[in-house]
Amino acid sequence: MSFLELKHVSKSFGGHAVLKDVNLSLIEGEFVAIVGYSGHGKTTLMSLIAGLTRPDSGEIILEGKPITGPGPDRGLVFQNYSLLPWLTVGENIALAVDSVFPALSPEERAAKVDKHIAMVKLSHAKDRLPRQLSGGMRQRVSVARTLAINPRILLLDEPLSALDALTRANLQDEISQIWQADKKTVVLITNSVDEALLLADRVIPLTLGPGATLAAPITVDLPRPRDRIALNHEPEFKRLRAQITEQLLGYSAARRTHVSRKLVLPDILPEDLDHPRVNRPPRRLSEEKRELISQS
Amino acid sequence: MNSKFQNAALSTALALIGVGLFFLLWLALNRFAPDLPTPTSTWQGARIYIVEPFAYRGEQDQGLLSLTSKSLILVAKGYFIALLIGAPIGFCLGLSKNFTRTFDPIVQVLRPVSPLAWFPLGMVLFLGTGGQALEYGALFTIAVCAMWPTVLNTAVGVRAIPQDYLNVGRVLRLSKTKMLFKIMVPATLPYMFTGFRLSLGIAWLVIVAVEMLTGKVGIGQFIQDAYMNANYGNIIVGILTIGIVGYILDRLMSVVEARFKTA
Ligand SMILES: Nc1ncnc2c1ncn2[C@@H]1O[C@H](COP(=O)(O)OP(=O)(O)OP(=O)(O)O)[C@@H](O)[C@H]1O
Ligand SMILES: [Mg+2]
Repeated sequence: MSFLELKHVSKSFGGHAVLKDVNLSLIEGEFVAIVGYSGHGKTTLMSLIAGLTRPDSGEIILEGKPITGPGPDRGLVFQNYSLLPWLTVGENIALAVDSVFPALSPEERAAKVDKHIAMVKLSHAKDRLPRQLSGGMRQRVSVARTLAINPRILLLDEPLSALDALTRANLQDEISQIWQADKKTVVLITNSVDEALLLADRVIPLTLGPGATLAAPITVDLPRPRDRIALNHEPEFKRLRAQITEQLLGYSAARRTHVSRKLVLPDILPEDLDHPRVNRPPRRLSEEKRELISQS
Repeated sequence: MNSKFQNAALSTALALIGVGLFFLLWLALNRFAPDLPTPTSTWQGARIYIVEPFAYRGEQDQGLLSLTSKSLILVAKGYFIALLIGAPIGFCLGLSKNFTRTFDPIVQVLRPVSPLAWFPLGMVLFLGTGGQALEYGALFTIAVCAMWPTVLNTAVGVRAIPQDYLNVGRVLRLSKTKMLFKIMVPATLPYMFTGFRLSLGIAWLVIVAVEMLTGKVGIGQFIQDAYMNANYGNIIVGILTIGIVGYILDRLMSVVEARFKTA
Protein backbone atom coordinates (compact mmCIF):
# COMPACT_ATOMS: atom_id res chain seq x y z
CA MET A 1 0.00 0.00 0.00
CA SER A 2 1.32 3.42 -0.79
CA PHE A 3 2.12 5.77 2.04
CA LEU A 4 1.21 8.99 0.28
CA GLU A 5 -0.96 9.02 -2.79
CA LEU A 6 -2.13 11.83 -5.06
CA LYS A 7 -4.93 10.87 -7.43
CA HIS A 8 -5.87 13.10 -10.36
CA VAL A 9 -5.14 16.26 -8.38
CA SER A 10 -5.82 19.55 -10.16
CA LYS A 11 -5.53 23.09 -8.91
CA SER A 12 -6.07 26.43 -10.55
CA PHE A 13 -5.97 29.98 -9.25
CA GLY A 14 -8.58 32.30 -10.68
CA GLY A 15 -9.02 30.38 -13.92
CA HIS A 16 -5.26 29.91 -14.35
CA ALA A 17 -4.62 26.17 -14.27
CA VAL A 18 -1.45 25.56 -12.27
CA LEU A 19 -1.55 21.80 -11.75
CA LYS A 20 -3.56 19.37 -13.81
CA ASP A 21 -4.14 15.68 -13.18
CA VAL A 22 -1.16 15.11 -10.90
CA ASN A 23 -0.63 11.52 -9.81
CA LEU A 24 1.95 10.41 -7.31
CA SER A 25 2.50 7.39 -5.13
CA LEU A 26 5.13 7.09 -2.42
CA ILE A 27 6.03 4.11 -0.26
CA GLU A 28 7.04 4.59 3.36
CA GLY A 29 10.65 5.60 3.93
CA GLU A 30 11.15 6.69 0.36
CA PHE A 31 12.99 9.86 -0.63
CA VAL A 32 11.43 11.42 -3.69
CA ALA A 33 12.70 14.54 -5.42
CA ILE A 34 10.53 16.64 -7.69
CA VAL A 35 12.45 18.82 -10.14
CA GLY A 36 10.91 21.56 -12.17
CA TYR A 37 11.10 25.07 -13.46
CA SER A 38 10.48 28.08 -11.28
CA GLY A 39 6.94 29.35 -11.15
CA HIS A 40 5.26 26.22 -12.45
CA GLY A 41 3.47 24.91 -9.43
CA LYS A 42 6.06 23.25 -7.19
CA THR A 43 5.09 25.21 -4.10
CA THR A 44 1.45 24.77 -5.01
CA LEU A 45 1.97 21.02 -5.03
CA MET A 46 3.60 21.17 -1.60
CA SER A 47 0.81 23.32 -0.18
CA LEU A 48 -1.69 20.76 -1.42
CA ILE A 49 0.10 17.89 0.30
CA ALA A 50 0.55 20.00 3.43
CA GLY A 51 -3.18 20.72 3.37
CA LEU A 52 -2.70 24.47 3.29
CA THR A 53 -4.67 24.65 0.04
CA ARG A 54 -7.41 22.34 -1.15
CA PRO A 55 -7.32 20.78 -4.61
CA ASP A 56 -10.07 21.71 -7.06
CA SER A 57 -10.46 18.06 -7.89
CA GLY A 58 -8.76 14.80 -7.05
CA GLU A 59 -7.68 13.25 -3.80
CA ILE A 60 -4.63 13.25 -1.57
CA ILE A 61 -4.33 10.29 0.76
CA LEU A 62 -1.79 9.88 3.54
CA GLU A 63 -1.63 6.47 5.21
CA GLY A 64 -5.10 5.60 4.00
CA LYS A 65 -6.73 8.79 5.23
CA PRO A 66 -7.66 11.67 2.92
CA ILE A 67 -6.00 14.98 3.73
CA THR A 68 -8.50 17.66 4.64
CA GLY A 69 -6.31 20.32 6.27
CA PRO A 70 -2.87 21.13 7.59
CA GLY A 71 -1.38 19.18 10.45
CA PRO A 72 1.89 18.37 12.18
CA ASP A 73 2.00 14.86 10.71
CA ARG A 74 3.31 16.55 7.56
CA GLY A 75 6.39 18.59 8.36
CA LEU A 76 6.68 21.37 5.81
CA VAL A 77 9.94 23.22 5.45
CA PHE A 78 8.87 26.43 3.78
CA GLN A 79 10.69 27.76 0.76
CA ASN A 80 11.34 31.09 2.53
CA TYR A 81 12.14 29.60 5.98
CA SER A 82 9.09 31.29 7.57
CA LEU A 83 10.69 31.68 10.95
CA LEU A 84 8.79 34.05 13.19
CA PRO A 85 11.05 37.12 13.34
CA TRP A 86 10.07 38.11 16.89
CA LEU A 87 11.10 34.76 18.36
CA THR A 88 14.64 33.52 18.91
CA VAL A 89 15.88 30.30 17.38
CA GLY A 90 15.04 28.42 20.56
CA GLU A 91 11.62 30.02 20.87
CA ASN A 92 10.73 29.30 17.27
CA ILE A 93 11.40 25.62 17.80
CA ALA A 94 9.81 25.64 21.24
CA LEU A 95 6.60 27.05 19.81
CA ALA A 96 6.40 24.04 17.51
CA VAL A 97 7.37 21.51 20.17
CA ASP A 98 5.03 22.96 22.79
CA SER A 99 2.02 22.91 20.53
CA VAL A 100 2.63 19.43 19.11
CA PHE A 101 3.61 17.69 22.36
CA PRO A 102 1.43 19.28 25.04
CA ALA A 103 1.51 16.05 27.04
CA LEU A 104 5.27 16.14 27.66
CA SER A 105 6.70 17.80 30.74
CA PRO A 106 8.35 21.20 30.28
CA GLU A 107 11.78 19.62 30.85
CA GLU A 108 11.20 16.98 28.19
CA ARG A 109 10.08 19.62 25.76
CA ALA A 110 13.10 21.81 26.48
CA ALA A 111 15.34 18.80 25.95
CA LYS A 112 13.66 18.12 22.61
CA VAL A 113 14.27 21.70 21.54
CA ASP A 114 17.93 21.56 22.52
CA LYS A 115 18.43 18.22 20.83
CA HIS A 116 17.15 19.46 17.52
CA ILE A 117 19.09 22.70 17.67
CA ALA A 118 22.19 20.62 18.26
CA MET A 119 21.25 18.33 15.39
CA VAL A 120 21.60 21.21 12.95
CA LYS A 121 24.71 22.48 14.76
CA LEU A 122 23.24 25.75 15.96
CA SER A 123 23.49 25.40 19.75
CA HIS A 124 25.62 28.55 19.89
CA ALA A 125 22.89 30.55 18.17
CA LYS A 126 19.95 29.42 20.27
CA ASP A 127 19.19 32.87 21.66
CA ARG A 128 19.60 34.78 18.43
CA LEU A 129 16.77 36.26 16.42
CA PRO A 130 16.33 35.07 12.84
CA ARG A 131 17.50 38.39 11.44
CA GLN A 132 20.84 37.83 13.17
CA LEU A 133 21.37 34.58 11.24
CA SER A 134 22.69 33.89 7.76
CA GLY A 135 20.40 32.37 5.15
CA GLY A 136 21.88 28.92 5.63
CA MET A 137 21.48 29.10 9.39
CA ARG A 138 17.87 30.15 9.04
CA GLN A 139 17.22 27.25 6.76
CA ARG A 140 18.75 24.89 9.31
CA VAL A 141 16.52 26.32 12.03
CA SER A 142 13.58 25.76 9.75
CA VAL A 143 14.63 22.13 9.21
CA ALA A 144 15.18 21.67 12.95
CA ARG A 145 11.74 23.07 13.72
CA THR A 146 10.18 20.61 11.33
CA LEU A 147 12.18 17.62 12.55
CA ALA A 148 11.36 18.52 16.15
CA ILE A 149 7.65 17.86 15.66
CA ASN A 150 8.53 14.38 14.41
CA PRO A 151 6.29 14.39 11.33
CA ARG A 152 5.35 11.21 9.45
CA ILE A 153 6.53 12.79 6.23
CA LEU A 154 8.94 15.61 5.47
CA LEU A 155 8.00 18.11 2.79
CA LEU A 156 11.03 20.14 1.76
CA ASP A 157 10.15 23.01 -0.58
CA GLU A 158 13.37 24.10 -2.27
CA PRO A 159 15.06 24.28 1.10
CA LEU A 160 18.46 25.06 -0.37
CA SER A 161 17.74 27.08 -3.49
CA ALA A 162 18.43 30.45 -1.93
CA LEU A 163 21.86 29.43 -0.66
CA ASP A 164 25.36 29.68 -2.07
CA ALA A 165 26.88 26.54 -3.56
CA LEU A 166 29.13 25.68 -0.59
CA THR A 167 26.46 26.10 2.07
CA ARG A 168 24.14 24.22 -0.17
CA ALA A 169 26.51 21.28 -0.43
CA ASN A 170 26.93 21.22 3.34
CA LEU A 171 23.22 21.21 3.98
CA GLN A 172 22.67 18.55 1.35
CA ASP A 173 25.01 16.32 3.31
CA GLU A 174 23.21 17.17 6.55
CA ILE A 175 19.83 16.35 5.04
CA SER A 176 21.24 13.14 3.65
CA GLN A 177 22.61 12.13 7.06
CA ILE A 178 19.40 12.99 8.86
CA TRP A 179 17.41 10.95 6.37
CA GLN A 180 19.74 7.96 6.59
CA ALA A 181 19.46 8.12 10.37
CA ASP A 182 15.71 7.64 10.62
CA LYS A 183 14.48 6.91 7.10
CA LYS A 184 11.56 9.26 7.09
CA THR A 185 9.49 9.58 3.97
CA VAL A 186 10.65 12.73 2.21
CA VAL A 187 9.35 14.79 -0.68
CA LEU A 188 12.04 17.23 -1.76
CA ILE A 189 11.34 19.96 -4.25
CA THR A 190 14.36 21.29 -6.03
CA ASN A 191 15.47 23.04 -9.18
CA SER A 192 18.80 21.19 -9.19
CA VAL A 193 19.09 17.85 -10.95
CA ASP A 194 22.37 17.14 -9.16
CA GLU A 195 20.77 17.72 -5.78
CA ALA A 196 17.90 15.43 -6.69
CA LEU A 197 20.26 12.67 -7.81
CA LEU A 198 22.46 13.04 -4.75
CA LEU A 199 19.59 12.63 -2.31
CA ALA A 200 16.63 10.85 -3.82
CA ASP A 201 15.49 7.30 -4.51
CA ARG A 202 13.31 8.55 -7.30
CA VAL A 203 13.33 11.77 -9.30
CA ILE A 204 10.10 13.06 -10.82
CA PRO A 205 10.19 15.93 -13.29
CA LEU A 206 7.36 18.44 -13.20
CA THR A 207 6.29 19.51 -16.68
CA LEU A 208 5.71 23.13 -17.58
CA GLY A 209 2.47 24.90 -16.73
CA PRO A 210 -0.19 25.99 -17.26
CA GLY A 211 -1.61 22.71 -16.17
CA ALA A 212 1.72 21.24 -15.10
CA THR A 213 1.79 17.60 -14.12
CA LEU A 214 4.30 15.04 -12.90
CA ALA A 215 6.15 13.07 -15.54
CA ALA A 216 7.08 9.40 -15.14
CA PRO A 217 9.37 8.83 -12.14
CA ILE A 218 13.02 8.01 -12.77
CA THR A 219 14.53 5.54 -10.33
CA VAL A 220 17.97 6.48 -9.04
CA ASP A 221 19.86 3.26 -8.51
CA LEU A 222 23.02 4.72 -7.07
CA PRO A 223 24.56 3.12 -3.99
CA ARG A 224 24.38 4.99 -0.68
CA PRO A 225 25.94 6.80 1.01
CA ARG A 226 26.50 8.89 -2.08
CA ASP A 227 29.62 10.97 -2.25
CA ARG A 228 29.22 14.07 -4.34
CA ILE A 229 32.74 13.93 -5.72
CA ALA A 230 32.80 10.23 -6.53
CA LEU A 231 29.34 10.56 -7.99
CA ASN A 232 30.64 12.86 -10.70
CA HIS A 233 32.61 10.01 -12.20
CA GLU A 234 29.85 7.45 -11.92
CA PRO A 235 28.55 6.58 -15.43
CA GLU A 236 25.04 5.86 -14.11
CA PHE A 237 24.93 9.30 -12.46
CA LYS A 238 26.03 10.97 -15.67
CA ARG A 239 23.46 9.05 -17.65
CA LEU A 240 20.63 9.96 -15.28
CA ARG A 241 21.66 13.56 -15.13
CA ALA A 242 21.75 13.82 -18.92
CA GLN A 243 18.42 12.06 -19.21
CA ILE A 244 16.60 14.27 -16.68
CA THR A 245 18.20 17.47 -17.89
CA GLU A 246 17.28 16.66 -21.46
CA GLN A 247 13.75 15.84 -20.44
CA LEU A 248 13.42 19.18 -18.60
CA LEU A 249 14.98 21.13 -21.47
CA GLY A 250 12.63 19.30 -23.81
CA TYR A 251 9.67 20.86 -22.02
CA SER A 252 10.87 24.37 -22.59
CA ALA A 253 11.93 23.62 -26.18
CA ALA A 254 8.42 22.39 -26.84
CA ARG A 255 7.17 25.55 -25.14
CA ARG A 256 9.22 27.73 -27.50
CA THR A 257 7.73 26.24 -30.66
CA HIS A 258 4.37 26.54 -29.02
CA VAL A 259 4.94 30.22 -28.47
CA SER A 260 6.15 30.84 -32.02
CA ARG A 261 3.03 29.17 -33.34
CA LYS A 262 0.99 31.52 -31.20
CA LEU A 263 2.74 34.49 -32.78
CA VAL A 264 1.32 33.80 -36.28
CA LEU A 265 -0.14 37.05 -37.57
CA PRO A 266 -3.90 37.39 -37.77
CA ASP A 267 -5.32 36.66 -41.14
CA ILE A 268 -6.56 40.17 -41.84
CA LEU A 269 -5.21 43.14 -43.79
CA PRO A 270 -5.14 46.79 -42.77
CA GLU A 271 -8.06 48.82 -44.06
CA ASP A 272 -7.56 51.61 -46.56
CA LEU A 273 -9.00 54.65 -44.79
CA ASP A 274 -9.70 56.46 -48.05
CA HIS A 275 -12.16 53.69 -48.96
CA PRO A 276 -14.00 52.96 -45.75
CA ARG A 277 -15.40 49.48 -45.32
CA VAL A 278 -19.17 49.55 -45.85
CA ASN A 279 -21.06 46.33 -46.50
CA ARG A 280 -17.82 44.59 -47.36
CA PRO A 281 -16.06 41.85 -45.42
CA PRO A 282 -12.55 42.63 -44.10
CA ARG A 283 -9.75 41.81 -46.49
CA ARG A 284 -7.88 38.65 -45.58
CA LEU A 285 -4.31 37.81 -46.39
CA SER A 286 -5.21 34.31 -47.50
CA GLU A 287 -7.89 35.53 -49.87
CA GLU A 288 -5.72 38.29 -51.35
CA LYS A 289 -3.14 35.70 -52.28
CA ARG A 290 -5.69 33.55 -54.00
CA GLU A 291 -6.87 36.57 -55.93
CA LEU A 292 -3.35 37.30 -57.13
CA ILE A 293 -2.89 33.74 -58.29
CA SER A 294 -6.13 33.77 -60.23
CA GLN A 295 -5.15 37.03 -61.91
CA SER A 296 -1.89 35.82 -63.28
CA MET B 1 33.33 60.14 12.44
CA ASN B 2 34.43 63.61 11.49
CA SER B 3 31.66 64.05 8.95
CA LYS B 4 29.20 62.74 11.51
CA PHE B 5 30.34 65.46 13.92
CA GLN B 6 30.12 68.10 11.21
CA ASN B 7 26.65 66.94 10.38
CA ALA B 8 25.52 67.25 13.99
CA ALA B 9 27.10 70.68 14.27
CA LEU B 10 25.36 71.81 11.11
CA SER B 11 22.00 70.49 12.37
CA THR B 12 22.40 72.31 15.67
CA ALA B 13 23.46 75.54 14.00
CA LEU B 14 20.54 75.50 11.59
CA ALA B 15 18.11 74.66 14.40
CA LEU B 16 19.42 77.64 16.37
CA ILE B 17 19.00 79.84 13.32
CA GLY B 18 15.40 78.61 13.12
CA VAL B 19 14.81 79.62 16.74
CA GLY B 20 16.39 82.99 16.06
CA LEU B 21 14.13 83.56 13.06
CA PHE B 22 11.17 82.62 15.22
CA PHE B 23 12.02 85.37 17.69
CA LEU B 24 12.57 87.84 14.85
CA LEU B 25 9.12 87.04 13.52
CA TRP B 26 7.75 87.48 17.00
CA LEU B 27 9.35 90.92 17.29
CA ALA B 28 8.03 91.85 13.87
CA LEU B 29 4.53 90.81 14.90
CA ASN B 30 4.82 93.05 17.97
CA ARG B 31 4.76 96.04 15.62
CA PHE B 32 1.43 95.06 14.08
CA ALA B 33 -0.29 93.65 17.17
CA PRO B 34 0.34 96.04 20.06
CA ASP B 35 -1.44 93.72 22.52
CA LEU B 36 0.93 90.87 21.76
CA PRO B 37 3.55 90.82 24.52
CA THR B 38 7.18 91.08 23.50
CA PRO B 39 9.60 88.23 24.26
CA THR B 40 11.00 90.19 27.21
CA SER B 41 7.67 90.97 28.80
CA THR B 42 6.59 87.40 28.22
CA TRP B 43 9.66 86.15 30.06
CA GLN B 44 9.07 88.51 32.94
CA GLY B 45 5.43 87.52 33.28
CA ALA B 46 6.11 83.78 33.07
CA ARG B 47 9.40 83.65 34.95
CA ILE B 48 7.91 82.47 38.18
CA TYR B 49 6.16 79.53 36.47
CA ILE B 50 9.34 78.49 34.70
CA VAL B 51 12.02 78.88 37.37
CA GLU B 52 9.83 77.22 40.00
CA PRO B 53 8.29 74.55 37.79
CA PHE B 54 6.87 72.47 40.63
CA ALA B 55 5.71 75.29 42.91
CA TYR B 56 2.23 75.02 44.39
CA ARG B 57 0.83 78.38 45.38
CA GLY B 58 -2.78 77.35 45.19
CA GLU B 59 -4.92 75.23 42.89
CA GLN B 60 -4.98 77.86 40.14
CA ASP B 61 -1.42 79.02 40.66
CA GLN B 62 1.17 76.32 40.08
CA GLY B 63 4.48 75.91 38.31
CA LEU B 64 4.42 74.85 34.66
CA LEU B 65 5.63 71.30 35.13
CA SER B 66 3.24 70.79 37.98
CA LEU B 67 0.39 71.78 35.65
CA THR B 68 1.81 69.69 32.84
CA SER B 69 1.97 66.62 35.03
CA LYS B 70 -1.73 67.06 35.90
CA SER B 71 -2.54 67.22 32.20
CA LEU B 72 -0.32 64.26 31.45
CA ILE B 73 -2.08 62.11 34.02
CA LEU B 74 -5.46 62.86 32.48
CA VAL B 75 -4.08 62.22 29.01
CA ALA B 76 -2.52 58.96 30.12
CA LYS B 77 -5.82 57.67 31.47
CA GLY B 78 -7.77 58.63 28.36
CA TYR B 79 -5.00 57.32 26.13
CA PHE B 80 -4.96 53.89 27.72
CA ILE B 81 -8.71 53.64 27.39
CA ALA B 82 -8.26 54.54 23.72
CA LEU B 83 -5.70 51.76 23.26
CA LEU B 84 -7.74 49.19 25.14
CA ILE B 85 -10.77 49.88 22.98
CA GLY B 86 -9.01 50.79 19.75
CA ALA B 87 -6.66 47.83 19.36
CA PRO B 88 -9.37 45.13 19.61
CA ILE B 89 -11.64 47.05 17.24
CA GLY B 90 -8.73 47.33 14.84
CA PHE B 91 -8.16 43.59 15.10
CA CYS B 92 -11.79 42.84 14.31
CA LEU B 93 -11.68 45.23 11.35
CA GLY B 94 -8.52 43.57 10.06
CA LEU B 95 -9.76 40.03 10.56
CA SER B 96 -13.29 40.12 9.26
CA LYS B 97 -14.42 41.50 5.98
CA ASN B 98 -18.00 41.59 7.18
CA PHE B 99 -17.06 43.40 10.36
CA THR B 100 -15.33 45.97 8.16
CA ARG B 101 -18.35 46.26 5.91
CA THR B 102 -20.54 46.79 8.94
CA PHE B 103 -18.48 49.22 10.96
CA ASP B 104 -16.05 50.92 8.61
CA PRO B 105 -18.62 53.53 7.49
CA ILE B 106 -19.30 54.40 11.13
CA VAL B 107 -15.59 54.66 11.85
CA GLN B 108 -15.06 56.92 8.87
CA VAL B 109 -17.94 59.17 9.92
CA LEU B 110 -16.92 59.47 13.58
CA ARG B 111 -13.20 59.85 12.93
CA PRO B 112 -13.14 63.51 11.83
CA VAL B 113 -15.39 64.76 14.67
CA SER B 114 -13.70 67.41 16.82
CA PRO B 115 -13.18 66.98 20.59
CA LEU B 116 -15.24 70.12 21.09
CA ALA B 117 -18.18 68.24 19.64
CA TRP B 118 -17.58 65.04 21.61
CA PHE B 119 -17.28 66.67 24.99
CA PRO B 120 -20.92 67.71 25.50
CA LEU B 121 -22.00 64.21 24.54
CA GLY B 122 -19.54 62.80 27.05
CA MET B 123 -21.02 65.00 29.74
CA VAL B 124 -24.54 63.88 28.86
CA LEU B 125 -23.46 60.25 28.96
CA PHE B 126 -22.00 60.55 32.46
CA LEU B 127 -24.40 63.06 33.99
CA GLY B 128 -25.72 60.26 36.18
CA THR B 129 -22.35 59.95 37.92
CA GLY B 130 -22.81 63.38 39.50
CA GLY B 131 -19.55 64.89 40.65
CA GLN B 132 -17.46 62.56 38.51
CA ALA B 133 -19.18 63.60 35.29
CA LEU B 134 -16.49 66.13 34.37
CA GLU B 135 -13.69 63.60 34.79
CA TYR B 136 -15.51 60.88 32.86
CA GLY B 137 -16.61 63.30 30.17
CA ALA B 138 -13.01 64.39 29.76
CA LEU B 139 -11.71 60.82 29.56
CA PHE B 140 -14.46 59.92 27.10
CA THR B 141 -13.50 62.82 24.86
CA ILE B 142 -9.79 62.01 24.92
CA ALA B 143 -10.37 58.30 24.34
CA VAL B 144 -12.85 58.73 21.50
CA CYS B 145 -10.70 61.25 19.70
CA ALA B 146 -7.40 59.44 20.21
CA MET B 147 -8.39 55.90 19.34
CA TRP B 148 -8.81 56.19 15.57
CA PRO B 149 -5.16 55.97 14.50
CA THR B 150 -4.82 52.87 16.68
CA VAL B 151 -7.96 51.36 15.18
CA LEU B 152 -6.93 52.00 11.60
CA ASN B 153 -3.26 51.08 11.90
CA THR B 154 -4.06 47.87 13.75
CA ALA B 155 -6.53 46.94 11.03
CA VAL B 156 -3.93 47.58 8.33
CA GLY B 157 -1.36 45.59 10.30
CA VAL B 158 -3.65 42.59 10.67
CA ARG B 159 -4.38 42.59 6.96
CA ALA B 160 -0.63 42.75 6.28
CA ILE B 161 0.29 39.66 8.31
CA PRO B 162 2.30 37.49 5.91
CA GLN B 163 0.41 34.37 4.93
CA ASP B 164 3.55 32.36 5.71
CA TYR B 165 3.35 33.17 9.41
CA LEU B 166 -0.26 32.09 9.48
CA ASN B 167 0.67 28.92 7.62
CA VAL B 168 3.26 28.11 10.29
CA GLY B 169 0.47 28.30 12.84
CA ARG B 170 -1.87 26.22 10.72
CA VAL B 171 0.68 23.44 10.19
CA LEU B 172 1.25 23.31 13.96
CA ARG B 173 -2.52 23.38 14.52
CA LEU B 174 -2.22 26.19 17.03
CA SER B 175 -5.34 26.91 19.03
CA LYS B 176 -7.25 30.11 18.25
CA THR B 177 -5.85 31.94 21.27
CA LYS B 178 -2.28 30.80 20.57
CA MET B 179 -2.66 31.81 16.95
CA LEU B 180 -3.80 35.24 18.11
CA PHE B 181 -1.22 35.90 20.79
CA LYS B 182 1.76 33.96 19.45
CA ILE B 183 1.48 34.94 15.81
CA MET B 184 -1.07 37.59 14.91
CA VAL B 185 -0.46 40.10 17.71
CA PRO B 186 3.36 40.02 17.45
CA ALA B 187 3.14 40.26 13.66
CA THR B 188 0.86 43.30 13.98
CA LEU B 189 2.79 45.07 16.75
CA PRO B 190 4.92 47.29 14.51
CA TYR B 191 1.78 48.68 12.90
CA MET B 192 0.03 48.94 16.26
CA PHE B 193 2.85 51.02 17.66
CA THR B 194 2.63 53.42 14.77
CA GLY B 195 -1.02 53.80 15.69
CA PHE B 196 -0.16 54.16 19.38
CA ARG B 197 2.26 56.97 18.60
CA LEU B 198 -0.24 58.87 16.47
CA SER B 199 -2.95 58.31 19.08
CA LEU B 200 -0.76 59.77 21.79
CA GLY B 201 -0.22 62.84 19.64
CA ILE B 202 -3.97 63.32 19.30
CA ALA B 203 -4.63 62.67 22.99
CA TRP B 204 -2.16 65.42 23.83
CA LEU B 205 -3.76 67.68 21.24
CA VAL B 206 -7.19 67.14 22.76
CA ILE B 207 -6.17 67.87 26.34
CA VAL B 208 -6.19 71.65 25.89
CA ALA B 209 -9.72 71.69 24.55
CA VAL B 210 -10.87 69.33 27.28
CA GLU B 211 -9.35 71.43 30.05
CA MET B 212 -10.78 74.62 28.64
CA LEU B 213 -14.21 73.01 28.56
CA THR B 214 -14.05 71.36 31.96
CA GLY B 215 -12.05 73.95 33.84
CA LYS B 216 -9.86 71.13 35.14
CA VAL B 217 -6.49 72.40 36.31
CA GLY B 218 -3.72 71.76 33.82
CA ILE B 219 -1.68 73.26 31.04
CA GLY B 220 -4.75 73.95 28.88
CA GLN B 221 -6.47 75.69 31.76
CA PHE B 222 -3.28 77.73 32.25
CA ILE B 223 -3.76 79.20 28.78
CA GLN B 224 -7.44 79.83 29.38
CA ASP B 225 -6.62 81.61 32.66
CA ALA B 226 -3.94 83.68 30.99
CA TYR B 227 -6.44 84.81 28.39
CA MET B 228 -9.13 85.64 30.95
CA ASN B 229 -6.70 87.57 33.15
CA ALA B 230 -5.10 89.33 30.18
CA ASN B 231 -1.70 87.74 30.95
CA TYR B 232 -1.19 87.31 27.25
CA GLY B 233 2.45 86.35 27.57
CA ASN B 234 1.46 83.18 29.41
CA ILE B 235 -0.58 82.06 26.42
CA ILE B 236 2.62 81.88 24.42
CA VAL B 237 4.44 80.14 27.25
CA GLY B 238 1.60 77.62 27.47
CA ILE B 239 1.70 76.97 23.75
CA LEU B 240 5.45 76.41 23.81
CA THR B 241 5.14 74.05 26.79
CA ILE B 242 2.45 72.00 25.06
CA GLY B 243 4.54 71.85 21.90
CA ILE B 244 7.70 70.79 23.67
CA VAL B 245 5.94 68.13 25.75
CA GLY B 246 4.19 66.83 22.65
CA TYR B 247 7.49 66.65 20.82
CA ILE B 248 9.13 64.75 23.68
CA LEU B 249 6.22 62.28 23.86
CA ASP B 250 6.46 61.68 20.13
CA ARG B 251 10.21 61.06 20.32
CA LEU B 252 9.77 58.62 23.19
CA MET B 253 7.11 56.71 21.29
CA SER B 254 9.32 56.63 18.20
CA VAL B 255 12.01 54.93 20.22
CA VAL B 256 9.56 52.32 21.46
CA GLU B 257 8.16 51.93 17.99
CA ALA B 258 11.59 51.32 16.51
CA ARG B 259 12.22 48.58 19.07
CA PHE B 260 9.20 46.66 17.80
CA LYS B 261 10.16 46.86 14.15
CA THR B 262 10.85 43.15 13.90
CA ALA B 263 10.48 42.16 10.31
N1 LIG C 1 -2.38 31.87 -3.88
C1 LIG C 1 -2.23 32.04 -5.20
N2 LIG C 1 -3.07 32.81 -5.89
C2 LIG C 1 -2.94 32.99 -7.22
N3 LIG C 1 -1.97 32.43 -7.94
C3 LIG C 1 -1.09 31.64 -7.32
C4 LIG C 1 -1.16 31.41 -5.92
N4 LIG C 1 -0.15 30.58 -5.58
C5 LIG C 1 0.51 30.33 -6.72
N5 LIG C 1 -0.03 30.96 -7.76
C6 LIG C 1 0.43 30.88 -9.16
O1 LIG C 1 0.69 29.55 -9.45
C7 LIG C 1 1.86 29.42 -10.25
C8 LIG C 1 2.81 28.45 -9.58
O2 LIG C 1 3.26 29.00 -8.36
P1 LIG C 1 4.21 28.20 -7.38
O3 LIG C 1 4.48 29.06 -6.22
O4 LIG C 1 3.58 26.88 -7.10
O5 LIG C 1 5.50 28.01 -8.27
P2 LIG C 1 6.89 27.33 -7.88
O6 LIG C 1 7.12 26.26 -8.86
O7 LIG C 1 6.92 26.99 -6.47
O8 LIG C 1 7.89 28.52 -8.18
P3 LIG C 1 9.30 28.84 -7.47
O9 LIG C 1 10.29 27.88 -8.00
O10 LIG C 1 9.58 30.24 -7.93
O11 LIG C 1 9.08 28.73 -6.02
C9 LIG C 1 2.42 30.82 -10.42
O12 LIG C 1 2.07 31.28 -11.71
C10 LIG C 1 1.73 31.63 -9.38
O13 LIG C 1 1.51 32.92 -9.84
MG1 LIG D 1 8.03 27.58 -4.88
